[in-house]
Amino acid sequence: MSSLTAVLILVCLAGVFGALLGYAAIRYRVESDPIVEQIDEILPQTQCGQCGYPGCRPYAEAIANGDDINKCPPGGEAGVKALADLLGRDIKPLDDTLEESQPTVAYIREDECIGCTKCIQACPVDAIVGAPKLMHTVIIDECTGCDLCVAPCPVDCIDMLPLEQDVRQWQWPNPANDTDDDNIIPVRQVS
Amino acid sequence: MNTNNNSVHSTELAGRSLDEIVYFSQHKFHGGVHPEEHKTLSNQSNIQALAIPPELIIPLNQHSGRQAMEVVAVGEQVKAGQLIAAAEGDLSANIHASSSGKVIAIEDRPIAHPSGMRDRCIVIATDGCDEAEWLPPIEHPFKADKQQLLRRIQECGIVGMGGASFPSHIKLMPEVNKLVINAAECEPYITCDDRLMREQANTLIAGIQLVMHLLNASEAIIGIEDNKPEAIAELKKTIKDAQTSASDKFAQNTSDLKNSSIKICVVPTKYPSGGEKQLIELITGKQVPSQQLPLALGLVMHNVATIYAIYQAITQGRPLISRIMTITGDAAQLKGNYLTRIGTPISFALQQADAESCDKVIMGGPMMGFEIFDTQAPVIKSSNCLIAAGKGELKATDAALACIRCGECADACPASLLPQQLYWFARSDDLEKAEQYNLFDCIECGACSYVCPSDIPLVQYYRYAKNELVQRAEEKQKAAHARERFEFREYRKKREKAERAERHKKAAEARKKAAHQKGQTDEKKATIADAVARAKARKKSSD
Repeated sequence: MSSLTAVLILVCLAGVFGALLGYAAIRYRVESDPIVEQIDEILPQTQCGQCGYPGCRPYAEAIANGDDINKCPPGGEAGVKALADLLGRDIKPLDDTLEESQPTVAYIREDECIGCTKCIQACPVDAIVGAPKLMHTVIIDECTGCDLCVAPCPVDCIDMLPLEQDVRQWQWPNPANDTDDDNIIPVRQVS
Repeated sequence: MNTNNNSVHSTELAGRSLDEIVYFSQHKFHGGVHPEEHKTLSNQSNIQALAIPPELIIPLNQHSGRQAMEVVAVGEQVKAGQLIAAAEGDLSANIHASSSGKVIAIEDRPIAHPSGMRDRCIVIATDGCDEAEWLPPIEHPFKADKQQLLRRIQECGIVGMGGASFPSHIKLMPEVNKLVINAAECEPYITCDDRLMREQANTLIAGIQLVMHLLNASEAIIGIEDNKPEAIAELKKTIKDAQTSASDKFAQNTSDLKNSSIKICVVPTKYPSGGEKQLIELITGKQVPSQQLPLALGLVMHNVATIYAIYQAITQGRPLISRIMTITGDAAQLKGNYLTRIGTPISFALQQADAESCDKVIMGGPMMGFEIFDTQAPVIKSSNCLIAAGKGELKATDAALACIRCGECADACPASLLPQQLYWFARSDDLEKAEQYNLFDCIECGACSYVCPSDIPLVQYYRYAKNELVQRAEEKQKAAHARERFEFREYRKKREKAERAERHKKAAEARKKAAHQKGQTDEKKATIADAVARAKARKKSSD
């Protein structure tokens, strides 16, 4: 009799907990793999496709499924390091076939543009404005410098120019690498 | 010399049995240093007006916030005080011509910036007539509407002249109880505020009353270092006069100011007592919370030079087109303070002060200033001092040695930070850690570098780390923005595809229905017949 009671209690408990877990699984369901989100967070979102995937998110999914972490040139060594930290993998040098790129921005030579809209279709972030048979131009602030618009252009009127640095983007150099002491405040020499 | 002098000043003032106007600070801040002052080099003579230079180079970005937008064209004649570049949005400032002449270029020119880079400037070839065009003065400022006064300050392009160049009208918007005037001028060599207080005490006190009226403040405290006894005496006399007699020209209009008081709080000479948070701690004994504004303590701080500019803007309609600048240093023969037009090339200013044979030129003080590489760069709204250093006066730094962990820097830090820790974090690029150790509370005063026995350029590391952190945050934001746009584009493509499929489906259904109505059961035949009919119609219309 007592053994039957024990079995009954256990069965009831199992039922209750099972129902709870089942409910929780539906109620707190996570739409996608959270690790993919975290990887995507680190990737630079240039959507350039140099990794061989059509965008940053697909590459994030591929990394989560075991692909190499060293295929993103815009992210650079710093990006590889961050990914290695997140995933507990070893730091690998950036893939040799890809080179770390300087930040650039696309520039359309507007008088040569024939208005074919091919670059507009290629731009992953909708940073090019224009209409058929009318001149196109790039919204510099939105351009990620992925250079996907360069190849489709039939008249080769798109240049990738290095992002111009002005006074507002200027940074104090790191004194650890900077042997030139021109910028160092002369505090010490107040005689 | 400095420490002795301090005590002399202090005892002198203390011996004079301080009254209700002047009192000594009862509080102190952590750390600080006592560099040699070198103030007597330049504070012995009256302020002189510097000549009009043949060419004025006026940068469009002299303030924190967005760059102003030029409103004149090349070839246009301008008058002194004429608006030449308008503020872009609220966090920006108007720029005015500093003398009359002709705009000869709007282009990138070298500017006074630690990077030595170029930026957009309006270049005016002056005609020497100095024809001026001020705004109409506001007749009864104490009866004027607050919005009107703020608008005037904004129109006149007034920015904080103590260094950060923050647009003043924004700082004056809230109503506060207490106004603190920064007259500490704690950095060595600089004496422009000292001279201004000695010579323009009347204007300054009237200006303080005006700003108190604007802020609806009942109390104003002038924070001043004890190495300026002449300025203290001058201000005290003026305050007394204003209180006792009706000689002050605003007195009859200032019924609401009767209960208000202006006091002078004398603080000991110690660098950096003129730092905003340090001076507030010296005066009130309270610390401004980390990463917050003095507004959190119910007060607002303005520099004396800003007060002067505000007063001129309101009562004379005069925009901010000149400022008082100290020219000093061993190489300058005519050391002193000069009323300098904004946009005057540094080379011209040096020439006027007979300082061309200098070893190097520092803009600002020796603690926080920076070296000027190209003396064609102009004087801007925040340029308070030019040091024309003679040979050996400001020598090149010795190479940095290893940190010996002596902890001197932590003792000197006025923000109570741990400079040594911050240094290690910045060096190893562990910037998140540096941020956790309150890197952003660093005011870059240079006290740590000053005391470092290993000559480590500590401030340089903090500046680098701060810049890098800000840049990383910006990049992250940019990436998030790009992701959003990419995802929206993907969504749009999907939606368009679905819509196209839907349209096709509808069209097919419509055709089917039409065929049905015509009694033709064969859908294909019906479609062909339709197409033939359309082609015929088209041919007919084109014939």
